[in-house]
Amino acid sequence: MILFGTQVKENIVDVYLFLEGAVYIYICKAKLYYMKKLDIKALQDNFQGKIDRDIKIEPNDWMPDDYRTTLIRQISQHAHSEVVGMLPEGNWITRAPNLRRKAVLLAKVQDEAGHGLYLYCAAETLGADREATIDDLHSGKAKYSSIFNYPTLSWADMGAIGWLVDGAAIMNQVPLCRCSYGPYARAMIRVCKEESFHQRQGFEIMTTLSKGTKEQKEMAQDALNRFWWPSLMMFGPSDADSKHTEQSMKWKIKRHTNDELRQQFVDVTVPQSKILGLTIPDKDLKWNESKQGYDFGSINWDEFWQVVGGNGPCNKERVDARRKAKEEGKWVVEAAMAFADKRNTKKSA
Amino acid sequence: MTKQEALYHFVLRLGDDSLILGQRLSELCGHGPILEEDIALTNISLDLIGQATLFLEYAGSIGSKEKSNDELAFLRLEKEYVNVLLVEQPNGHFGDTIMRQFLFDAFRKPLFEALQFSTDKQLASLCEKALKETKYHLRHSSEWVIRLGDGTEESHSKIQESLNILYRYAHELFYSDETDTVLRQEGVIPKMDEVKKEWEATVTAVLEEARISLPENNWKFDGGRLGRHSEHMGYLLADLQYMQRTYPNMEW
Amino acid sequence: MSIKTKTDWPLWEVFIRSKQGLNHKHVGSLRAADATMAIENARDVYTRRSEGISIWVVPSNLISASDPHDEASLFEPAQSKVYRHPTFYDVPDGISHM
Repeated sequence: MILFGTQVKENIVDVYLFLEGAVYIYICKAKLYYMKKLDIKALQDNFQGKIDRDIKIEPNDWMPDDYRTTLIRQISQHAHSEVVGMLPEGNWITRAPNLRRKAVLLAKVQDEAGHGLYLYCAAETLGADREATIDDLHSGKAKYSSIFNYPTLSWADMGAIGWLVDGAAIMNQVPLCRCSYGPYARAMIRVCKEESFHQRQGFEIMTTLSKGTKEQKEMAQDALNRFWWPSLMMFGPSDADSKHTEQSMKWKIKRHTNDELRQQFVDVTVPQSKILGLTIPDKDLKWNESKQGYDFGSINWDEFWQVVGGNGPCNKERVDARRKAKEEGKWVVEAAMAFADKRNTKKSA
Repeated sequence: MTKQEALYHFVLRLGDDSLILGQRLSELCGHGPILEEDIALTNISLDLIGQATLFLEYAGSIGSKEKSNDELAFLRLEKEYVNVLLVEQPNGHFGDTIMRQFLFDAFRKPLFEALQFSTDKQLASLCEKALKETKYHLRHSSEWVIRLGDGTEESHSKIQESLNILYRYAHELFYSDETDTVLRQEGVIPKMDEVKKEWEATVTAVLEEARISLPENNWKFDGGRLGRHSEHMGYLLADLQYMQRTYPNMEW
Repeated sequence: MSIKTKTDWPLWEVFIRSKQGLNHKHVGSLRAADATMAIENARDVYTRRSEGISIWVVPSNLISASDPHDEASLFEPAQSKVYRHPTFYDVPDGISHM
C-alpha cells in the first residue's frame, strides 16, 4: 500500500516499523527546527547585546538580514547624495569670482567625490556591489538627499549650500560617527573631519556677501530664501511619519530622531543668520523661552514628497548627468580592464 | 624689449597655460568616467589653478602696471591671453582630455626641470614646486594613453583619433620669439631645443607602448601665444569672467 | 541588480603609513584596474591632506581573514597567559630601569 507517497509492504510489522521511522524523522526535524530557532535567538541576543554595550559590528560578524539591508540602503543613499551633490556646486566652479574661490570650491567638490567613495566602500563590506547600487540610482530605484534637486542660480548659492546644507549634513553625520556598524562609523569620522571646512567656506562666502555691496547682500538673502526650507526638509519626514526610526535607533544606526536634529539645526543656525544680518524666510520663527529653542513654521510636506518622488526642479538633470557620465565612461573602464588583463597574461606567460 | 618686459611676457604665458587648462579640467568635476578618475582629474585641475595663481601673481608684480593675479586672470581682453591653443581645446571625451594633458605634461616636465635653474630666483622657485606636480601629471596621463592605446579596439581607435586632431596643436608648445631670445641671453630660460628633444623622446616612447602612431597630417596651428585664439576661447572666457564682468569692483 | 561584468574594476584595500616610524593602517578601499592605478588612486583619495608617506594596496580577494566565530579558540588562549605581561611580576622598590 501507499503511505505518505511511499510503497510499503502490506505486513503489520513493516507498516508499524515504517510508521515508527516516520515519527522519528518528524521528531528529529522538529528538534533541528527549534534548535535553529534557539541558535538564531542566541545570535540575535548576542548581536543586540554588542550594540547595547557600544561594541562595533564588523563586516564578518553575524547580523540580522534586516540590519544588513537597512544599512545598505542607508549607506548607499548617503553615498549617492555625496556624488549627486557634486553637481549643483560643480555648476559654479567655472564661474567662481576669483582664483581663491575657484580653488576652494574645486577642493570641496572633490572632497564630496571622496566621501561618496568612502561610503560606497562601506556598503561593499556588507555585500552591496558598488556598480549595482549606482545602477539603482540611475534607474530611479535608489534615492538621494532631496536638497540636491534644487538648482543653483547664483554665486551666493555656494555660500548658502556650504552654510546650510553642509551644516545640516554635519548635524546628521557627527552622531553617526558612533553608529554600531564599524566601517560606516569609521567612514563618518573621516567625512566629518573634512566636512567642517565645507561649512566654514560657505559661511565665509555668506559673510563676505552680507558685508558687501547692495547687490551682494540681495544675492545672499535671495539664496537664503531659496535654500532655507529645503535644508529643513533634509532631516526627512517628521517622526510621526518616519516608520524606520524606532528600529534604527535600537540598532544604533540612527542616533537621533529627524525632529530632534531639525530642532537642533534651527537653534544653531538662527543666531548665525543674525550675525550675517540676513532674515530667515519664516514668519512663524519665534524664540520659545520654556523649551529654550525656536518655534518654527510648518514645512510644506507636499513639496517634500513631490521632490523625493521625482518632481523636483532638477531631479531629471541630476540623474541624467550621472547616468551619462557612467555610459560615456564605459569604454574607458573596459579599456583599463582589457589592458590589465593583457599585462597579467604577459606576466604569467 | 627689456629683460623685465620679456620676463613679464614669459611668466604670463606660464600662468595662462596653467589657468586655461585648469579651467578646462574643472569643467569635468562630477562628470568623470568613474569616481576615482573624477578625483584624479580634479586634483590636476587644482594643481594647475594653484600654479596659475602663483605665476600670475608674479607676472602682476613685474608688469608695467602692477596688477593682482585676479585682475590678470579675470579682466583681460581675449587677445591679451597668451596661452597656447592646445590648452583651450574642449574636453571632448576622456581620450581627448588625456591626450591633450599628455602632450602638455610631456612639454612642461623638461621645461620646469630646466627652469628650476633659472637665474631669476623667483621663477626658479615657482618652477621647482610646479615640477613635482607635473611629474605626477605626466605619470598619470602617460599611463592612460598607454591603457587606452593598448586596451580595447574601441579605445585604441578613439585615442588614435584624439592624437590625430590634437597633434596639430603640439608644435605651438615650442613657439619662441623675442621674449625667449632676450631671456635666453640673460640665462633666465633654457634653449628650447633641449626641451623639445626630451618631449619628442617621451612622446615617441609612450606612443610606441600605446601602439598608436603619429598622424601623417602634420599641419601646425599657432597664434595663441600672440593672442589669436580659437573660437572656443570666447565661450571659455564668458564663463571664467562672468562674475567679475557682471559685478565689477566687488570683494568676493 | 545588474549582472557583474568583467569590465568592473576589482576592489582593492588600502593601507597607509602616515608618518615615519608608524605601521601601515587600513583606511578603506577603492576600485582600480591594476596596481599602479590603485596606488595613484589611493594617493588621490586618501592622502589629500598629507596623511601619508607610504601606500600599500592589496586586491580585496587576496586578503585572508580569521573567522569571527573562531574568536574564542583563536584569541582566548592568549588571554589566559597573563605571565606574558610585565605587570604580572613584582619588582622590589628601589629597582629602576625595569
